[in-house]
Amino acid sequence: MFANALWVMSGTALLGLAAGVLGTFSLLRRRALMGDVLAHATLPGVVLAYMATGTKAAGPLLAGAAATGVLGVLAVLAITRYSRVKEDAAMSIVLTVFFGIGILLLGVAQRMPGGNQSGLDRFLFGQAAAIVPRDVRLIMAVAAALCLLVLLFYKEFKLLAFDRDFGAGLGFPMTALDLLLSLGVVTAVVIGLEAVGVVLMAALLTTPAMAARYWTNRLSAIVPLAGLFGAASGVAGTLASQVGPRMPTGPLIVLAGSVFFLVSLLAGPERGLLVRLFRFMHARARTRPTQHRLQPQARGGDGA
Amino acid sequence: MSASLVIVAVGALVAASAGLVGSFLVLRRMTMLGDAISHAVLPGIALGFLVTGSRAAPVMLVGAALFGLLTTYLVQALERAGVREDAGTGVTYTALFALGVALISAFAGHVHLDLDHVLYGEIALAPWDHWLLGEVNLGPRALWTMGAVFAVDLAAVVVFYKELKICAFDPQMAGALGLNVTAFHYLLMTLVSITTVGAFDAAGAILPVAMLVIPGAAAYLLTDRLSRMLVLAVGLGVLCSVLGYLLATATDTPVAGAMAAAGGAVFLGAFVVHRLKRNRCAM
Repeated sequence: MFANALWVMSGTALLGLAAGVLGTFSLLRRRALMGDVLAHATLPGVVLAYMATGTKAAGPLLAGAAATGVLGVLAVLAITRYSRVKEDAAMSIVLTVFFGIGILLLGVAQRMPGGNQSGLDRFLFGQAAAIVPRDVRLIMAVAAALCLLVLLFYKEFKLLAFDRDFGAGLGFPMTALDLLLSLGVVTAVVIGLEAVGVVLMAALLTTPAMAARYWTNRLSAIVPLAGLFGAASGVAGTLASQVGPRMPTGPLIVLAGSVFFLVSLLAGPERGLLVRLFRFMHARARTRPTQHRLQPQARGGDGA
Repeated sequence: MSASLVIVAVGALVAASAGLVGSFLVLRRMTMLGDAISHAVLPGIALGFLVTGSRAAPVMLVGAALFGLLTTYLVQALERAGVREDAGTGVTYTALFALGVALISAFAGHVHLDLDHVLYGEIALAPWDHWLLGEVNLGPRALWTMGAVFAVDLAAVVVFYKELKICAFDPQMAGALGLNVTAFHYLLMTLVSITTVGAFDAAGAILPVAMLVIPGAAAYLLTDRLSRMLVLAVGLGVLCSVLGYLLATATDTPVAGAMAAAGGAVFLGAFVVHRLKRNRCAM
């Protein structure tokens, strides 16, 4: 039991690390929910791969998931680039249309002769507690590759996040970089889906990066901090799920991440609510003497 | 009334109500709220069951509606605390969904309690789920609930048209004119929550979530006037429902999924028209 928990912990911690690092850039690009969108966009790919191969082996299903995930990214980029529809609407459209097509295809697969498609949709709602050593090795390789990607293209991604037009002016291929970053998110989502499911993957891509945002204004510090929060959520959630017999690992990881976010929102030294309240009180205390001096004058004016 | 007509009518009412309030979400860049609510209502049904011990539809609906409202209000509150909408939406719904799963497996693991079976309806069954008032058969229940939801949405948009319009386009000016901008934001959020949760019961999750964005975004590409956009959104929503039903019967596939896929085709059509119009203007 405990050895198993160690595998689950290292798997979820590595996923959290990679998702936190990549999520920081998605968040700054106003695409905090991109992970959620891509996770839903993989459904038609999973079903098509099953219909083509007739098996439920992980390899073809993951390839299918990645294929329609990439198609989803391209659709979001095309809609926002060639029309005035904003990113949020483009992402919602891709999410719902792709998922709708996935449901449609599931209906078709159901009627295939000799087909046993039950559990195909469950592919998307994985179980963290079922992570085995083979999964962890795959997650480890992918997480390392994704962190390396961010390290190599750090400067370019930073430009993309903060001033895309300036980057384009400098001659960087910003659309290609945008696509590269989105491909990174697709990879993280596809690997994470089977292990931890749609909602947990969306949370790992959003919450740690948001928590990190409250502690510093420097991107070079936010990125590792987000990775740290993601990994810590994985560890804390897995540990908490060992306490009781019926505590599910995935949701507890999300809740651990949410606690990190809440603490950061309140107490973060850079933009936290307490710091802002303190600054406000401080500013008010400093301006009070001026008001005192004004009051007698006003009264004097009344008497005259 | 024939069964197919009931299905198309329920789909059209869902699409029209969601298209109406969704148009304002498109303008305010908050369309991901629909997907967020579809996940975030889980703790509502879990608590509804834990408190009353019943899985009856009204209990589940009240619990879901309360958590739908809570989701929208939390996103709004986080925004006022300086968290951008997309990020606030992400953190709120994932946390609430996780809370729901944890509550169910910790306290209600012995009963079957998941969104698919308890809250989300199936639009293909709508013609046979009648509303019985004592002895009187009032016809399909989904038609009544979605009709009521559409009436509420339409009334709110007609009565507060000017206020909702100015809050969507220029909240600063609305504030300067003395409007209570926050109150109107919360009004819109309440409409979104009522519409989605009502439609979940009638038509499942994917249809309302899709119709909250697709008709509004397609209409946004076709016109520059809000009044026309709203009328177009309702019309395009109805079109999605009809096309989706035809697709579903032609291929013998799930109706709600087909309606969402048809929505994709409708948006693609609007996208092409928008591009052609722009190219003609450029020449």
